[in-house]
Amino acid sequence: MTTQQQIHIAAPRSGDIDPKYIRSSASSSSNWEMFKWLFMRISGPILLVLIFTHLFSNMMVGDGVQGLNFGLVAGKWASPLWQIWDLVMLWLAMIHGTIGVGTIIDDYTSKDRTRVAFKVALYLASITIVVLGTLVIFTFEPCMTDAAGNLLDNSPSFCFNQ
Amino acid sequence: MTTTLEPTTNSGDAGAVESFTVTMQVRRYQPEFREDAYWESWTVEMYGTDRVLDALHKIKWELDGTLTFRRSCAHGICGSDAMRINGVNRLACKVLLKDLDLSKPVVVEPIKGLPVEKDMIVDMEPFFQSYREIMPFLIADESREPTRERLQSPEARERFDDTTKCILCAACTSSCPVFWTDGQYFGPAAIVNAHRFIFDDRDEGGDMRLEVLNDKEGVWRCRTTFNCTEACPRGIQVTKAIAEVKQAILARNI
Repeated sequence: MTTQQQIHIAAPRSGDIDPKYIRSSASSSSNWEMFKWLFMRISGPILLVLIFTHLFSNMMVGDGVQGLNFGLVAGKWASPLWQIWDLVMLWLAMIHGTIGVGTIIDDYTSKDRTRVAFKVALYLASITIVVLGTLVIFTFEPCMTDAAGNLLDNSPSFCFNQ
Repeated sequence: MTTTLEPTTNSGDAGAVESFTVTMQVRRYQPEFREDAYWESWTVEMYGTDRVLDALHKIKWELDGTLTFRRSCAHGICGSDAMRINGVNRLACKVLLKDLDLSKPVVVEPIKGLPVEKDMIVDMEPFFQSYREIMPFLIADESREPTRERLQSPEARERFDDTTKCILCAACTSSCPVFWTDGQYFGPAAIVNAHRFIFDDRDEGGDMRLEVLNDKEGVWRCRTTFNCTEACPRGIQVTKAIAEVKQAILARNI
């Protein structure tokens, strides 16, 4: 009798699975992917409201597109509401877009080096735009003067009252 | 007296079933003879009751014995003969030739995203490995093992009825564009089979399965393209099942 003989069947979880079929990414217990997914779902509808209100207030209200000049933008950024509005719009749009483009890069790059190169370029561009944009919104000088010290023609009305 | 079954009319024209010629254009890969894949076409005489599988049989049995494909039951239950027919994933045994546009060749390819081994045969092991990882078996507390069957209300059974229909043919997973580019993605079939146990009120391993699918390569890879729902030969609402698993993970973690 050959009762000692081990019968080997490649049954599930028996440990006989060819290593090439084992998932390479070790399962991480972080919720990173979930929050990324959730962020896309939540920021999307918020951006719709932010962007279309922005477009409406810039291009439809008052003189419409004809009234759109330096003064209009400068006047808006004198108000904390529009500062925060544009700040939130900038951050949400940039993070939303970066995650989206990152997904497209994952889809269309097969080589690791290409993927890393594209991702680095993407993240650098995003960080630059977010930092510069934030800086502009908060350090913006609405009452700009020309070389002779006179206010620019299109300056918002409150500049002339000073 | 012996009883014999004689056809009442013996006209020999297969009744009134229409017949037509079909050109089958098949993606072939024969690693013993050639390194690259190539197309080969055959024109065969088929009947209105025939399926794509019957045309492949006719080629294999009468024209070219080297044509290789998987099939077992040939009646849409075993899930062996999933292939790409005219660009969409179908079971060859469930597609009637007369439902296709026969003015053009019927294009048959292996399912995408899994390594092709020969003609229509792909390495299914990555697919089954994902299936194993979601633990497709009842997990229950042994200390509370019942002495009789585990009863379940019809309503509780209805909750996961749709996902019990899966036959593991891989038509959904190999139709998923995310799986084509990211072979590590668990894929629709594994998530469907996890859904079948996660929403079963007799099962107690739901948390473990949700944890597995909260992975980088888990449900969050799904982009709701609906290719899987379209491809499923059993009519399972695959994308809906994936969305329900996403909701369950969210509800558990937030």
